[in-house]
Amino acid sequence: MRGSVLVFLLMACAAFAQDTKKEIQKYQQMIADGSPVELYELEGETLWKKPQGPKNASLEKCDLGAGPGVLNGAYARLPRYFKDADRVMDLEARLLYCMETVQGRPRKEATQRVFGNDDRASEMEYLSAYIAGASRGVRMAPGTSHPKEKEAFALGEKLFFHRAGPWDFSCASCHGADGKRIRMQDLPVLYKPAAAGPVVATWPAYRVSNSQFKTMQWRLNDCYRQMRMPEPIFASDATIALNLFLTATGAGEPYRGPGTKR
Amino acid sequence: MAGPMKIRATLAGGNTEVRVLMTHPMTTAQSGQPLHFIQNVSVKLNGKAVIEAEVSQAVSRNPVFSFRLKGGAKGDQIEVAWLDNKGESNKIETSVA
Amino acid sequence: MNRLRRTLLGALLAWLAKPLAAAAAWNENAFGAKTPQDALKGIGAANPAPSKDIAIDAPQIAENGAVVPIEIASNIPGTTSIAVVLEKNPFPLAAKFDFKDGALPYVKLNVKMAETADVRVVAAAGGRYYSAAREIKVTIGGCGG
Repeated sequence: MRGSVLVFLLMACAAFAQDTKKEIQKYQQMIADGSPVELYELEGETLWKKPQGPKNASLEKCDLGAGPGVLNGAYARLPRYFKDADRVMDLEARLLYCMETVQGRPRKEATQRVFGNDDRASEMEYLSAYIAGASRGVRMAPGTSHPKEKEAFALGEKLFFHRAGPWDFSCASCHGADGKRIRMQDLPVLYKPAAAGPVVATWPAYRVSNSQFKTMQWRLNDCYRQMRMPEPIFASDATIALNLFLTATGAGEPYRGPGTKR
Repeated sequence: MAGPMKIRATLAGGNTEVRVLMTHPMTTAQSGQPLHFIQNVSVKLNGKAVIEAEVSQAVSRNPVFSFRLKGGAKGDQIEVAWLDNKGESNKIETSVA
Repeated sequence: MNRLRRTLLGALLAWLAKPLAAAAAWNENAFGAKTPQDALKGIGAANPAPSKDIAIDAPQIAENGAVVPIEIASNIPGTTSIAVVLEKNPFPLAAKFDFKDGALPYVKLNVKMAETADVRVVAAAGGRYYSAAREIKVTIGGCGG
């Protein structure tokens, strides 16, 4: 008797979880339509075209990999190796490079506020929204053939599974096995293409819970914070390597961001 | 200075769909910050007011509204304006696509 | 003729000088109300009649109370206004939309909700008031949550 009550309860719970999932999907669809992401894209466009720094230059001459000033599809091909910098770069690392070279801005000034708040997003965040938005519909295809790209991918993979810190956590502790979740959020298994694709195709993203636009560098930083590890340096080789590992794993997915997340 | 707005007006099912995004903090009395929110939103079709709205701080940050206007034709002028409790305002105009 | 011209000119000047703030009314009484009943009284809709002709589309569960999407359409002929009342918010009246000739009684907006509550929509048509409500869960509870 008791057993059957328990079975019934479990079944009711399973049904509830199904309904909940459906309703949350509906919620996510409704908030995505009319997301403030478009406002961030507009502000990003203004900043892209605004002359700044000692050279009083805009970023319109910045080469994101598709040629100087070419935005269409550029984000979908990042991270990749850049010959001029002799380094694998993701969007934020490349923007920083352009701020230094095209605009002549000192690195210290350009990185003093890379993450914004709900009152005002950072320049990096606005620019990321604008540039990523110009890749909608383009399949994610980061660089994976240059020796430095291969090296970065291997480093990213190693970092993904590398356990460290006071809790002995790795990225894989949360994102390495099916069926894990935090509250109602299912955690994607990020070393598998089927799960990594939708993630890399929707970042950067607007977070409704704190009304902020967030970039991939921020997202990786936040994972390290949650793992209780020291904060990574902005646009460091380590975070770029992780970004390349994730993006290359999810490659082929058409970009449909910037996303709108809970 | 008020942040950007974005508007889209399209013909759909014989009517005009208007969707407008506004940059605004919409802070509440509970947030501990000074109360700062949009109070009035107006929609004009070819210069004539068709919707007048009064809203409170319960509208989410960076408000988005969708409206529907009867009929409509390509080139119709749609204007949406807002006014907040500090007297700041902004507006945006588009023609129906 | 001169007098007419002066009158017209005066009216035009007065109209031009009218500040935007004065043109836009904001019902302080209704928006300052702390109960749904007082909010309804504030907009002159103390006892609305229940109606099945007001469609409220919203997710049953909102992952975050800061952004709760609601889509509303009134199918009551002659609807001239739609008010949105969030029954458990500190100030329940969230918005009131007046629709004039040329607009359909339809709106989609995002609101903040303090907790799980009924969203009440009140429509005015032909000088009478009608209402419908829908519950939206804001906190996710349930099994093992």
